[in-house]
Amino acid sequence: MGFLASPLQWATDPWGKLVPIHIAWFLIWVSAIAGLLFLVIHATYVRYFAKPRQFAVEGSGLPASAIPSRVPRHSLAARLFHWVMALAMLTLLFTAFLPKVGFQFPWVTYHWIAGVVLTASILFHILHASFWLDFWSIWPDKIDITDACHRFLRFVGRDAAPPRKFAKYPLENKLYHGAILATGLSAIGTGVLMMFRVRTVFFPRNPYLFSDMTWGMMYVLHGLAGVGLIAMVTVHIYFAIRPEKIPITKSMIFGWMSRDFYLEEHDPHRWMVDSTAASPHSAQTEA
Amino acid sequence: MAVIRDVMPAFELLQPSSVDEAHRVLQQHAGGVWVLAGGLDTFDWLKDRIKRPQTVVDLSGIEELRGIRSTSDGVEIGAMTTLTEVMQHPVIQQQYSLLSEAASVVASPQIRNQATIGGNVSQDARCWYYRAGWPCYRAGGNICYADTPEGRNREHAILHADRCVAVNPSDTAPALIALEAKFVIRTRQGERVVNAEDYFIGPDIDITRLHILEAGDLLTSIQLPSRWAGAKFYFEKVRDRNVWDFPLLNVASALLLAEGKIERLRIAVNAAAARPLRLTAVENAVRGMPANAATGEMAGKVAVKGAVPLQFNAYKIPLMRNLVKRAIGGVEEAKWAS
Repeated sequence: MGFLASPLQWATDPWGKLVPIHIAWFLIWVSAIAGLLFLVIHATYVRYFAKPRQFAVEGSGLPASAIPSRVPRHSLAARLFHWVMALAMLTLLFTAFLPKVGFQFPWVTYHWIAGVVLTASILFHILHASFWLDFWSIWPDKIDITDACHRFLRFVGRDAAPPRKFAKYPLENKLYHGAILATGLSAIGTGVLMMFRVRTVFFPRNPYLFSDMTWGMMYVLHGLAGVGLIAMVTVHIYFAIRPEKIPITKSMIFGWMSRDFYLEEHDPHRWMVDSTAASPHSAQTEA
Repeated sequence: MAVIRDVMPAFELLQPSSVDEAHRVLQQHAGGVWVLAGGLDTFDWLKDRIKRPQTVVDLSGIEELRGIRSTSDGVEIGAMTTLTEVMQHPVIQQQYSLLSEAASVVASPQIRNQATIGGNVSQDARCWYYRAGWPCYRAGGNICYADTPEGRNREHAILHADRCVAVNPSDTAPALIALEAKFVIRTRQGERVVNAEDYFIGPDIDITRLHILEAGDLLTSIQLPSRWAGAKFYFEKVRDRNVWDFPLLNVASALLLAEGKIERLRIAVNAAAARPLRLTAVENAVRGMPANAATGEMAGKVAVKGAVPLQFNAYKIPLMRNLVKRAIGGVEEAKWAS
């Protein structure tokens, strides 16, 4: 019956008004199953049906030896941000949903502390990406859209030019970043305000900051973002451990990817690597 | 406040005659079942039409849940034993007078004749916002109406509040904790025995329950070990009306003295938090010290460490401090310095 039930839980407030109070908790399972279903379908498709990838052949104009053997991809600050954010996100998901599925523990304090860590790390990331990184490299550009169209046409058997190799981030990465941005910011924005309902060290409690209806909508948005993140994080971890993506995952640990992988996947015109740039382990960089 | 309608919504009434049958019935109806012991808590909920169970399992016909039996290590009290029976039982009066005293101050004589010890320790919170059926945290909502600047929170928690500030209203619970009682529970997996203090949970663990019973679980008995039989006991309950009221605060302690010094102490308070609190910091602090007013004074201060008053219940802090002081130093020696 759960799947036929309302996705929201409602209650009558002291003034007799019907207000939403939070999402229905069966959505946890909907999201978890959706995430698992996606990865089963994707893995099956890749294993049995996917054709070999084909990129448009374009010379980089650079001899391969001009590219360092270890291509720097993520700075130490960017990597630290990623892993701090990942830790905070996983803590938030586990503390939010484990109690709902029967594992009882005092979760609220851990939850809001992880939320504060996540918020601080996101603020750092926004500043860092805006002023120290190539801000636009994570946003889809015109070539991404054109290539995505070509890839789709080729997928359905129509004639289209092979897509170009990727810039620093493939389109899927960019779309995922956009989705996690929207979902994450929804959860963070509502979460920060929801901290006014619990005792924290930051500000005095004020449960009357908003009307019951506004609070209810806030809890609903927080819940929807939260359950959405279950599927999104599941999918993210799945891609991180897929064999063909391991070099990308390793680059998030060590900061660099191999020249071979770079040349195989990325277009040096779209993601220019300074041929004199040192990798995070410059001593090992070949000339 | 809720309007008491006196006509309960319809439900299916099941009246098992044995623990096995009750357990089977509870497993079959685990989702929407309500366990009825003495009915003092239950009928408020049902008459107010705030709780609407589909099935009610009435335990009153199960003889094996009644009575007080001696065991090889103390006594065992059936969960459906009435508070009057507990209070008047000679062994309880002689060996565990802490419990008989606690039972004797529960509500009124008529209620004690009907109320059971299992029900008394398993009863729900008495916060009126919650009992009125408002969608507070404890009712599954997202607000505590009591923990607001205007909320009526004179009776509410000063310790361990976590979103919800309701308190556990049981008088026998702290006495059972002080006596190192064990609760015997029939669960889906079999019989489980837990320490009295572990039977109760706060809102940090589960904001909708005051105890660990899951749907389908049944508290069958409470065991009192002989370890504390005949110890020096102290119980005191402070309430607005001495003829019939829930505690504003109560304290129960069991003390073993050796040459005038405290060898061992177990002490618990209730109505200070959503679960009865065993004060282990106090127990450790007073070990080896004389049981006098000075020790009590120190213990009282230790007891209230971390207390956070709400708008209208700051009085509970000195109240708890002094109850703990009296529990250790004795009423005669206690000086109401604060």
